[in-house]
Amino acid sequence: MNAAQIVMPALGPALPELILTVGVLVLILYGAFKGERSAEGVTVGALIVLIVALFAVASQPLSAKITTLNGSFIVDGFARVMKALVLLGSIAALLLARDLFERERIARFEYPILIVLSSIGMLIMVSANDLIGLYLGLELQSLAAYVIASFHRDDVRSTEAGLKYFVLGALSSGMLLYGASLVYGFTGHVSFPGIVTALRETQVGLGVVLGIVFVAAGVAFKLAAVPFHMWTPDVYEGAPTPVTAFFASAPKMAAMAMAVRVFVGAFPGVIDEWRQIIVFVAIASMALGSFAAIGQRNIKRLMAYSSIANVGYALIGLAAGTQEGVRGVVVYMAVYLAMTLGAFAVILGLRRGNRMFDTIDDLSGLSRTHPWLAFCLAAMMFSLAGIPPLAGFFAKFYVFAAAIQAGLVALAVIGVVTSVIGSYYYLRIVKVMYFDEAQPAYEPLAPGLRIVLAVSSVVVILLGIVPAPLVSIAGTAARSLF
Amino acid sequence: MIGLSHYLTVAAILFTLGVLGIFINRKNVIVILMCVELILLAVNINLVAFSTHLGDIVGQVFALFVLTVAAAEAAIGLAILVVFFRNRGSIAVEDVSMMKG
Repeated sequence: MNAAQIVMPALGPALPELILTVGVLVLILYGAFKGERSAEGVTVGALIVLIVALFAVASQPLSAKITTLNGSFIVDGFARVMKALVLLGSIAALLLARDLFERERIARFEYPILIVLSSIGMLIMVSANDLIGLYLGLELQSLAAYVIASFHRDDVRSTEAGLKYFVLGALSSGMLLYGASLVYGFTGHVSFPGIVTALRETQVGLGVVLGIVFVAAGVAFKLAAVPFHMWTPDVYEGAPTPVTAFFASAPKMAAMAMAVRVFVGAFPGVIDEWRQIIVFVAIASMALGSFAAIGQRNIKRLMAYSSIANVGYALIGLAAGTQEGVRGVVVYMAVYLAMTLGAFAVILGLRRGNRMFDTIDDLSGLSRTHPWLAFCLAAMMFSLAGIPPLAGFFAKFYVFAAAIQAGLVALAVIGVVTSVIGSYYYLRIVKVMYFDEAQPAYEPLAPGLRIVLAVSSVVVILLGIVPAPLVSIAGTAARSLF
Repeated sequence: MIGLSHYLTVAAILFTLGVLGIFINRKNVIVILMCVELILLAVNINLVAFSTHLGDIVGQVFALFVLTVAAAEAAIGLAILVVFFRNRGSIAVEDVSMMKG
């Protein structure tokens, strides 16, 4: 091949990623020159970079479908919506962290930089159209996340959380990669469209099925779905709370987008093979998430089990494998993002002086000392429990409806049953806040927490009343995959 | 004659050893890091074997990416391990148990 044949690929579609990459490199230089005192400036810079990238994502037309970089990078409606969710999660993670890190004297400029690096990885995961891009995006996201988990480096629990996350995350990447190598070997392609055509032409052999199983295991690990969930409660409890909020929000969006991209995008012809796996994982996650959370006293661990259960509900939509199913997944993840960030904003607000409070008993009587805080958390909890007219009800409604349309009635019924069981521990929090003895008041919320809490409460309540805009956007996103 | 299946068998054995090493090993976290490397190298054997078998260069490109990422992963793993050792004074697997899941 001579040099004249090498053409520069079109980089326009990757504009959000490029903005983030250039931005984060500038911020690293700024932080390195300015030293420890630059945390404030780098945080503001990272927020600006993320918001600019969000505008770049939003400015691309929703329904156009563009591939670039030799077909390994795809930008379609689904990618745009999921990217917007990922960026919103990252912005919230920065806003939630600022006040706490300054008080705990761990406000270093590396935190915003690692969040932005992780966001780049997540955007690449969402847009990957071949196995190489998928793996690289996943690793960029994960490597940054391992470091963020152990960000409080003088704290045993935080470093232990980082170590556990690293070991199990590396194992899951290895499994995903082993599956990817088998899929490549038995189909002869790494690009998703290539895999689709190869699977259509030939008989599906054992090698491909084995590969899909390993890929599914790796994806389930990243989603924290049962049976690969065991790292979640420990990492959520050990990591600093703003980091936990980040892990529960943005990476889940990216991992779910990756799951949809792989199973619906690359293996639509073998849906009968992977559907059994997803159905099993969904049922196990919903059941474990609902039952194991009942005995938890620590709110962070409770939110960990809650996130496991929520991933199970979202996977119901993926198990349907239809356009309605993917629409349900997108709606569910968007609503889940708002609910989780709102709940974590309240948890982060529970502090007096230098003490953080994170058990359920610390919430008792919150309605008397902080009526608005209690009201917002109650809205989040009712929404997580799936009680109408809040957004969580419609999120569950769309995934269950898609499952029934696809003939998975039993799955939908199990989902409803576990949702009822799960509402026990969500409603218990409401009961503790409204009917138990009041505790001394907590400090007023920091501005960052206020913004996140206000936005997510408004989203959860408004989307419950008018779900149509989100549903139509999610519908457009889902259509782009079929 | 050594064919594709031999390479795949070796890779499968290495992969299994790596996974078992992570779960069975009760002594040292460094051994876990070595097992992670073993898994990634098993994948690389797979990729290169498939690549030559299919006459397709993409597999070898993939293997190079995997090597690069494996190096970054080892660096971050060791860094976290060092920080953990400073706090806990030990890198034995049974000491990674402040929180019980």
